[in-house]
Amino acid sequence: MSNYVINHLKELESEAIFVIREIAAQFENPVLLFSGGKDSILLTHLAKKAFFPAKIPFPLIHIDTGHNFPETIAFRDELVEKLGVKLIVGSVQEAIDKGRAKEETGADASRNSLQIVSLLDTLEDSKVDAAMGGARRDEEKARAKERFFSHRDEFGQWDPKNQRPELWNLFNGRKNYGEHFRVFPISNWTEMDVWEYIKLENIDLPSLYFSHQRDCVVRDGVILANSDFIKLKEGEEVVNMTIRYRTCGDMPITGAVKSEADTLEKIIEEIATTRTTERGGRADDKRAETAMEDRKKQGYF
Amino acid sequence: MEYQDIELLRFTTAGSVDDGKSTLIGRLLYDSKSIFQDQLDAVEKSSKSKGFDYVDLSLLTDGLKSEREQGITIDVAYRYFATPKRKFIIADTPGHIQYTRNMVTGASTANLAIILIDARKGMLEQTHRHAFIASLLNIPHAIVCVNKMDLVDYSEKVYDNIVSDFNAFSSKLGINDIQFIPISALNGDNVVNRSNNMDWYQGSTLMYHLETVHISSDHNLIDCRFPIQSVIRPHTLNNQDYRGFAGRIDGGVFKPGDKVKSLPSGFVSTIKTIELNGEQISEAFAPMSVTMTLEDEIDNSRGDMIVRENNVPEIGQDLEVLVTWMSTKPIQARTKVVIKHTTNETIGMVKELKYKIDINTLHRIENIDKIEMNDIARLSIRTAKPVFFDAYKRNRQTGSLIIIDEQTNETIGAGMII
Repeated sequence: MSNYVINHLKELESEAIFVIREIAAQFENPVLLFSGGKDSILLTHLAKKAFFPAKIPFPLIHIDTGHNFPETIAFRDELVEKLGVKLIVGSVQEAIDKGRAKEETGADASRNSLQIVSLLDTLEDSKVDAAMGGARRDEEKARAKERFFSHRDEFGQWDPKNQRPELWNLFNGRKNYGEHFRVFPISNWTEMDVWEYIKLENIDLPSLYFSHQRDCVVRDGVILANSDFIKLKEGEEVVNMTIRYRTCGDMPITGAVKSEADTLEKIIEEIATTRTTERGGRADDKRAETAMEDRKKQGYF
Repeated sequence: MEYQDIELLRFTTAGSVDDGKSTLIGRLLYDSKSIFQDQLDAVEKSSKSKGFDYVDLSLLTDGLKSEREQGITIDVAYRYFATPKRKFIIADTPGHIQYTRNMVTGASTANLAIILIDARKGMLEQTHRHAFIASLLNIPHAIVCVNKMDLVDYSEKVYDNIVSDFNAFSSKLGINDIQFIPISALNGDNVVNRSNNMDWYQGSTLMYHLETVHISSDHNLIDCRFPIQSVIRPHTLNNQDYRGFAGRIDGGVFKPGDKVKSLPSGFVSTIKTIELNGEQISEAFAPMSVTMTLEDEIDNSRGDMIVRENNVPEIGQDLEVLVTWMSTKPIQARTKVVIKHTTNETIGMVKELKYKIDINTLHRIENIDKIEMNDIARLSIRTAKPVFFDAYKRNRQTGSLIIIDEQTNETIGAGMII
């Protein structure tokens, strides 16, 4: 290291930590949106590093759709306990019970869009002015245009054509009353960067990400976990398969991949040779070409 | 696979619809296997539905609905690819004059600029513009790709003329490192693989340049600058007296034991530790994020700066600045604004508008009464409290600032301190 260069993972880490510290400094009530997926676990790890030896100075918010993998919830509770950080849970079931959100019907029903209502309600209840998330620009084409500091109006909406320019490392988090920001500290990371960093830092992940046996249903080419949340269509059958997950959303919409990769080394090798994007298995993105952009404009993260 | 100990290179491309920029990016992504099958399938599907005969790779980068409808890039799009030698971030920006602000945004974080010239057309106004922005933003390296060589019969003479035209223009600009490469993005000549059609060209391919250009001295390693983002005070029984200064190093090399000075207080102390997550760091330099502790209890807070005792930045309230105007709302002299510089924020007043620069001819336009969107102009600013700065040419982090509208909170200007 005598020639004063840091490698790409250290540079990405350094950038993310800078952004996380900016959030803590520029906002009064920041939170970290914790989905239980690897990206938000990585973000939590970076937040811990940013403020050590102090504790993470903001709470985690988890939007519980009621359709989560049980592994995700167990992992979440353990992590929160270990870090000594506050957890706020927003419940989609509660929003449905209160009549704030309406459940979709049919075999492909999903609670993915319903999260938006619970998320915006929870942010408002907690008077949140900055919600940071683990979204990355390489994930999806609408996210490729997202800023680090993404301004939302008082209705939580994203206006992609009227975004603040972002220059050097000067982040403008000034806002008017009632508006808030979504902030994405790991914007510049790719899926490969995330996995290499997880390996480098030895970060714990839920078992879902590693190869395991599971009862599955194959629907429109997507491998879905069989659960109480999924209704079998005619001709569909439950098959026991060796799979793992590349992303981690709700049980009824997150597609698995057939995989024998049961260690981080094998996962990195698998990603290096894979020919599809990680959201390729997400039924929620397949509804329309601009499904992600449309949801983001409404307040999805 | 081993953990890859490779560097990150950020580069920017500027170009308009027909100069082959999207084709070039598409080829870099495709030949480095960074386009996934499902992305390619989606692009093929929408190319077909639009009635195109070929796969339009620009649909990969143009992500917003309105961009896809209009077939243009509106915003800065960030793209990622990697080879076994390096990781790359492309800031892909539109090249027309009405998008100057987007080009400036993309250029602000780049180590390298790719400037595309159509071999059939030679130097155009937009080439001047792209070269000027690269020099204005002090991008350390530039690669001029003379594209569409296939359409001029791979002529050495055509290429040589363009190179000498470009050199004649750029000698006025002061870009330190310029490389020229004759390419055909469409056919792949000299992009990733060497061309068989241009034996007269002895230089390397574009990809080879991107993988090997020396970027370790792109950061200032001489002038020690550490702007404080926040103060870490754990308030726990084990760490009752811990007081760490969190921030990202903007210049120089800091080591434990170094004598340092804190601005604006002027107090002098010694670095006790430099650490991150409890791990000790023996040498810290840009762009590392660290936590620093000092031997003496000094009352530093956000916006303060730790520097070396015998190498301090300029300290003052009067700034001479070149700005790119970002807002549809013009600005006039005597307007009150908010200035963000390093981790410091202050009220400021635009005192005087000096001149605009004609971005195509580099001529100065004097006696101006306002600055409008996409203008590049020189103005003077008076700040309410002192800022600690270096000239932008010396340090891109401590020499840059953004101007914010006091009412709307929008970012309205990007400034480089002279």
